[in-house]
Amino acid sequence: MTSPTSTTTLPRIGILGAGHVGPAIGRVAIKAGYPVSIAGSGDPAKIALITQILVPGAKADWPAQVAAEADIVILAIPLHKFSTFDPSLVAGKVVVDLMNYWAPIDGTQQLFEDPRYGSSEIVQRHLSGSRVVKSFNHAGYHEIEADRRPAGAADRLALGVAGDDREAVELVADLVENIGYDAVLLDSLHDGRILEPGGPVFGASLNKEQFAQALTEKTAA
Amino acid sequence: MNDSPSLRTGFPLTFGLDTFGDVHSDENGTLNSHAQTVRNIVEQGVLADSVGIDFFGIGEHHTYDYPLSAGDLVLSAIAARTRDIHLGSAVTVLSSDDPVRVFQRYSTLNALSSGRAEVILGRGSSIDSFPLFGYDLSDYEVLFEEKSELFAELLKGSPVTWTGTTRAALKDQDVVPHLEAEPFPTWIGVGGSPQSVVRAARHGYNLILAIIGGSPARFQPFSNLYLEALEHFERPAQPIGVHSMGHVAATDEQAQEEFWPRYLAVMKHVSKTRGFAIPTPESFKHEIGPHGAIYVGSPETVARKIAANLRVLHASRFQLKFGMTGLAHTAVMNNIELYGTKVIPLVREILGSES
Repeated sequence: MTSPTSTTTLPRIGILGAGHVGPAIGRVAIKAGYPVSIAGSGDPAKIALITQILVPGAKADWPAQVAAEADIVILAIPLHKFSTFDPSLVAGKVVVDLMNYWAPIDGTQQLFEDPRYGSSEIVQRHLSGSRVVKSFNHAGYHEIEADRRPAGAADRLALGVAGDDREAVELVADLVENIGYDAVLLDSLHDGRILEPGGPVFGASLNKEQFAQALTEKTAA
Repeated sequence: MNDSPSLRTGFPLTFGLDTFGDVHSDENGTLNSHAQTVRNIVEQGVLADSVGIDFFGIGEHHTYDYPLSAGDLVLSAIAARTRDIHLGSAVTVLSSDDPVRVFQRYSTLNALSSGRAEVILGRGSSIDSFPLFGYDLSDYEVLFEEKSELFAELLKGSPVTWTGTTRAALKDQDVVPHLEAEPFPTWIGVGGSPQSVVRAARHGYNLILAIIGGSPARFQPFSNLYLEALEHFERPAQPIGVHSMGHVAATDEQAQEEFWPRYLAVMKHVSKTRGFAIPTPESFKHEIGPHGAIYVGSPETVARKIAANLRVLHASRFQLKFGMTGLAHTAVMNNIELYGTKVIPLVREILGSES
């Protein structure tokens, strides 16, 4: 939505997962001018058609290659596959966690059954060498393209961005803004729990003011 | 630009009604029993046939609000009282069923109805059948991949040989009853997984796009992916369908007044189990408008929207998920009649095809 200036080099987005969410994020990132690579579960030949039609302009590659080349890794695998995900693949990387844990839908996942922590905190503990940022999880992946608006538009929606590493959070916030949303920054992954299913913003289409209000009301309650 | 869907994919337009077995209420507003709900669905199917609707589908569910766990039995009762309408699942949760049993049941329905059976296979967006039958949700992908592959083998006819990890292997197995003629139409219902789209093409299944929210046009890349994938796998063209929910009444106002409170009640319930926000009157207005996924209104309003979306999605089949839970039985029957007598002819007229 925002036209990037041709002289700036935007960070490379590496998407791990070519299911429901990965291609949707990839497409809007490309439209915002980001270079994008995408991987499925293995051989890129298996996702060649999906990449060509759904994420034109993206490079399909092996997961290790996509992760290695990326400045921002988007982790878009099914949550139940996370327990077997190899953390070394994304060591040293900024990793956007857009997964959600909601037992009535996903079935009970022991790894995430700890009420003290948000799902992204558990992801961060598992990916101890990465800087995890929680974002995009509360928006419908299928709306992500249609709902983009230029900065300043009256009906531009907000997306929460939560993380413990300020630099990583700001990198992802820029991505959110460039794609076509207002980024609402949260101070920690722990605070990011408010973006989870059952929370006030999950599945709701809110602008920046409504979003801030929902967070305040929830915190006050 | 030629944008007639039947010309784009070469298939005639067909129109269906889908139910999840929603429990409706009687004339006093009292919710019907499960048994009455089952019997009413037979009446709905019979009415659908009499007003010229092409397809009637029952979606497998296992919950109090949707007590249609054995839809194929209900379909066979409809088959016995109808002549033309095609009857099928919408969907069969194949992941938690046995493909051999599904084939046997629908091949039997096909025999009973003289070739009017269809099957729509799904992974299951509602997952109540997984714990019920002892399946693990973590096996979601492998269950559907293997079982849709086996089902494609079964459709080719006996003897069937197949090996996998999710059920016993078959070696030169005769599976009966045999089909009389060509296999019954089999579709894969897709909610948003590109892998499922490619899988449908790979196995030669028709494609149904289940569009339950947001802009239908955003599914166009999925239609393109399907058509490209068919070419890639060197398969002949296959039809694309669209499944969405809605409600038709004489006027826009009446349709909205009948539908909105029922939809809100259902969504309040669903949002609790799924964790998402409850719809507002504004979000509802958007969903029933031209850029939303719900078809609520007068025959004209609904017909125009169906025509526009069939066109943009290169689709030749539309299936309206009618009869939102809690609606009055009379309103549901009225919807069926208007859909058959008014909406369908109008869509055909708009798309300039009487085929």
